[in-house]
Amino acid sequence: MTALFLRDIKLAIRAGGGALIGVLFFMTVVAVIPFGVGPDLNLLSRIGPAILWIGALLSALLGLDRLFQAEREDGSLDLLLMQENPLVLTVFVKCLAHWVANGLPLVIASPVLGLFMNMNEVAIGATLITLLVGSPALTFIGAAGAAVAVSLPRGGLLVSILVLPLAIPVLIFGVSATYAAVEDPAPFLPPFMILTAITLLFAVIGPFAASMALKSSSD
Amino acid sequence: MRFMAENLGARRGEELLFRDISFSLSDGEALLVTGPNGSGKSTLLRVVAGLLYAETGSVAAEGYERAAEACHYLGHRNAMKRELTVEENLDFWRDFMGGGEGAVSATEAAEAVGLGGITHLPFGYLSAGQQRRMAMAKLLVVQRPVWLLDEPTAALDAASDAMFGKLCQDFQARGGIIVAATHQPLGLKAPQSLVMKGFEYVD
Amino acid sequence: MTENTLSFSWLTDLANPTRFIALVNRVLPWLGAITAILFAVGLYLSFTTEGDYQQGLTVRIMYIHVPAAWLSMMCYSVMAIAALGTLVWRHPLADVAAKTAAPLGAAFTFLALVTGSLWGKPMWGTWWVWDARLTSVFILFLMYLGLIAFNRAMDDPLRAARVSAVMILIGFVNIPIIKFSVEWWNTLHQPASVMRLDGPTIDPEFLRPLFVMALAFTMLFFTLHFMAIRTEIWRRRIANMRRLAARKASREVQR
Repeated sequence: MTALFLRDIKLAIRAGGGALIGVLFFMTVVAVIPFGVGPDLNLLSRIGPAILWIGALLSALLGLDRLFQAEREDGSLDLLLMQENPLVLTVFVKCLAHWVANGLPLVIASPVLGLFMNMNEVAIGATLITLLVGSPALTFIGAAGAAVAVSLPRGGLLVSILVLPLAIPVLIFGVSATYAAVEDPAPFLPPFMILTAITLLFAVIGPFAASMALKSSSD
Repeated sequence: MRFMAENLGARRGEELLFRDISFSLSDGEALLVTGPNGSGKSTLLRVVAGLLYAETGSVAAEGYERAAEACHYLGHRNAMKRELTVEENLDFWRDFMGGGEGAVSATEAAEAVGLGGITHLPFGYLSAGQQRRMAMAKLLVVQRPVWLLDEPTAALDAASDAMFGKLCQDFQARGGIIVAATHQPLGLKAPQSLVMKGFEYVD
Repeated sequence: MTENTLSFSWLTDLANPTRFIALVNRVLPWLGAITAILFAVGLYLSFTTEGDYQQGLTVRIMYIHVPAAWLSMMCYSVMAIAALGTLVWRHPLADVAAKTAAPLGAAFTFLALVTGSLWGKPMWGTWWVWDARLTSVFILFLMYLGLIAFNRAMDDPLRAARVSAVMILIGFVNIPIIKFSVEWWNTLHQPASVMRLDGPTIDPEFLRPLFVMALAFTMLFFTLHFMAIRTEIWRRRIANMRRLAARKASREVQR
């Protein structure tokens, strides 16, 4: 399993891997927002956390369709399916590697983008923490979508359509926890705990659903 | 050990591709599956590998819970990553599939398929034939009692063909079981033969 | 032999990667030395000239910031010329030059952004404002990163070169449009102060170190660019040798 984890990380970093592209997309999405809403710094700092979250959500979905499709195209998926290690575990490890290579850089890049949005230190910190806790949920639930769409040509868009509605709870609690940290009366912990719970739940549901879908997708 | 299939049947859409296919192989034996294109050779192999659901019947390998776990599957695609070096590819499968007793190192496996000395190159640098041979080297880095081979030598020249035939014979001599679907003679030792006929309609 | 072909002969000489590497090997120590001297002088001047009475010490950031910003644009121009070289003259080194300039450009742009941000915090009270100049530079940065990502994603360097040359040229044509539209969108920044028709408006006291630093940065760029081109040529040779090794290996088997 460590071997699988390391291989996936290597593949993401090597030339042609998607690790850099996700962050770049994140930066671009966040950078174009001010052109739409105007350069008013007060407005930007108010909507900043939400924009960072939406940007991270979209970028996290970007590379997900390749999660299993790349394996399927070169035949590796067949071998992954045949082993005695439980498929759920295999999928879980793949998700983990995908998150480390694609999700974690988004989390790390978010403070810099927070500065662009003129957010204060508390808001930046809160966004960082909620993204750190919430973004794995996006990968896990996205894996289920990626597994469903694995055998489809042009599955990429379909994955986004399938997964976005499922990711709404993550977005809701991620953003509300961030705002709770910034605005005084609202408590930070309850939405943050729910966000954590969602991540843990998706860490079970996502790989399980994905492995079911993969088993029946073979042709 | 014994590797058996009983009354296997599979469907593609509404059509029954084949039915009532049974075989039983023990140590060192081989089964050669032949038949025209579209007769279901690949499908049969994928059913045996557990990658497709069998409409009827079952596959069993003595001492294994799932027959698939006893098998190596060499399909049409090589299951190797272009971006990684040959050695990284082979080492990955060795670690992931759990090498087992009698498995050789990546370097030795590459020697065995006649491509020693280029394991440090990215897999994508190799020609199609070399890639295929490196995929065969994968059979050696992990020890499995059964090889399922789907048109293994389709892209190879005569010399590599002979090399692979010898590889198979060595494997049989060690007690390995081979199920191969192919048009070309593989040089298997005393294979049983199974001829697939093609479409049958559901009554 | 006509004079015309003679004058072109040094260009074709340069086109030969081996000759180019020999040239770079000869020139690099000098370039490096000149860069070091210029930096020594420039930094000395930067820290000995008097600070601005309003901005205090922070004005010294300018000596890094302005040259970096200037280079971020010059680097793109170099890439655009190299892209023309690839598409029009098919100069074999042009695509190497374009490819290796992108990370350098990104680095200088990044430096300009960071120093600008550090400068902006005490001046404007915020790390970042979405004014025309900053925003354009940021977009330029994104364009550099996009080109780098594209070059990384393509397997075959020769095919990548032609396509990325097209992208570079599109970007080059687009830069004035972007600049104009962003300025239209918002202007907060102080108007350009060094290059003006009625002469520079900033004190010559500041101008001297600024000029030396700009020169030092330019030399630094060329030094690094030559090194990067040499490295890239070597890298491609290694890739070729590895492919050759792969081909040889199969020939031995058939023998």
